[in-house]
Amino acid sequence: MDWSAIGLSLRLAACTTLVLCALGLPLAYWLAVSGRRWKFLVESVVALPLVLPPTVLGFYVLLAIGPFSPVGRAYEGVTGRLLPFSFPGLLIGSVVYCLPFAVRPFAVAFAAVDRRLVEASWCLGVSRAATFVRVVAPLSWTGILTGIILTFAHTLGEFGVVLMVGGNIAGRTRTVSIAIYDDVQALDYAAANQTALFLVVVSFAALAVTYALQRRVWVV
Amino acid sequence: MRAVLSSVCLAALLGLSGCSSAPPAARHEVSVAAAADLKFALDNVVTAFERDHPDINVTVSYGSSGNFFAQLSNRVPFDVFFSADIDYPRQLVAQGLADRGSEFTYAVGRLVVWVRKDSPLDVERFGVKALLAPSVRQVAIANPKHAPYGRAAEAALKSLGVYDAVKDRLVYGENIAQTAQFAESGSADVGLIALSLALSPNLRDKGRYWEVPTDAYPRLEQGGVILSWARDKEAAAALCDYVKGADGRAVLRRYGFVLPGD
Repeated sequence: MDWSAIGLSLRLAACTTLVLCALGLPLAYWLAVSGRRWKFLVESVVALPLVLPPTVLGFYVLLAIGPFSPVGRAYEGVTGRLLPFSFPGLLIGSVVYCLPFAVRPFAVAFAAVDRRLVEASWCLGVSRAATFVRVVAPLSWTGILTGIILTFAHTLGEFGVVLMVGGNIAGRTRTVSIAIYDDVQALDYAAANQTALFLVVVSFAALAVTYALQRRVWVV
Repeated sequence: MRAVLSSVCLAALLGLSGCSSAPPAARHEVSVAAAADLKFALDNVVTAFERDHPDINVTVSYGSSGNFFAQLSNRVPFDVFFSADIDYPRQLVAQGLADRGSEFTYAVGRLVVWVRKDSPLDVERFGVKALLAPSVRQVAIANPKHAPYGRAAEAALKSLGVYDAVKDRLVYGENIAQTAQFAESGSADVGLIALSLALSPNLRDKGRYWEVPTDAYPRLEQGGVILSWARDKEAAAALCDYVKGADGRAVLRRYGFVLPGD
């Protein structure tokens, strides 16, 4: 089994999840509570990666982080390195690709929280941030956890975007799905099978936990 | 008013039926799996072939030869396979998936070190030593695991004595066309690509290249074969003969291929 690829995929999944918690939780909360008329436009943008093929995302990510783009140039200016074919480059692609898988479950959970509890908390003089931590988050933890697990599992299974912006470098951008693809192309079915089976087991476990969380039976 | 509307509808209907019957239906179909270095050259050959044989319709898919070989081993329904490495067609024959003796060499590929026009690297002057410049951070080659040009590039870097210096800077394209795209977009500073792609209309004016001496890597003998499950063997053979014939050779020569018998 290709442990370096598995390690890399796990690291990418963990980093993607962390970034999407930092970006996704505030964004989801805004989507859940905002009364702005044009909110549906933001919602559509967030959901775009669900419907766009990985080739479209990969193509634009490659252009957006390339050495001739403002982002690529700024990164090169600060670090002296290039974004394409690097771990940070993959991370950017991953974050874009997984955005709806984090934000949608978060937003659904936040929207289900009774507004009266939030307003009561405000009236009792608790700040908005503290209300979020002490009232909203505890009431929507299953949704938050679902988003986290889905993001993690979805990053593990990412293929098309990585193929387009990764460059297949062992230990740096060769993720599990790419390693499996390489093994299949090289007709090494035994190696492909081992790694693929690992992915099946991990994905099943992630989904089982997600669905178990959604069962009301556990809630006391 | 009603008369006008109905005449418009009638015209539309006539137009539609006219459209559907306009192109004469091709009686013969040939589907081709081709190595990515043939992308532009074979497109040209096929256009000329279809002009000469209006009853044959050819569809081509491009990818890495190893990739197609894996698919063909699982009987993907292509009729003809143009590989960048004659070894794959030979293995298909050995496995009984293609007719014995039907494999043929149609061209010999050449490898170049390619940079964008605005690159500071002087590849024409320094050749492969240009890769040693500190400004070279990423060198794109095709994946040696399943792309013949990737194996050639790896062998050339080794025999020219620069492999150890650049091996940590290598990025791998899925096939030789993606490798060229990596270099063309500037994401990689240099690409080791097929001469046929460097000479293609899409890249010709965008970069400069240095040809890797052919003795630096194993000969890239490109071979083709007709699969045993080809639906229309006559049409497939006609296409293969055309590629091997004078017209096909003229196009392949224009794209920098060395031709068998030259």
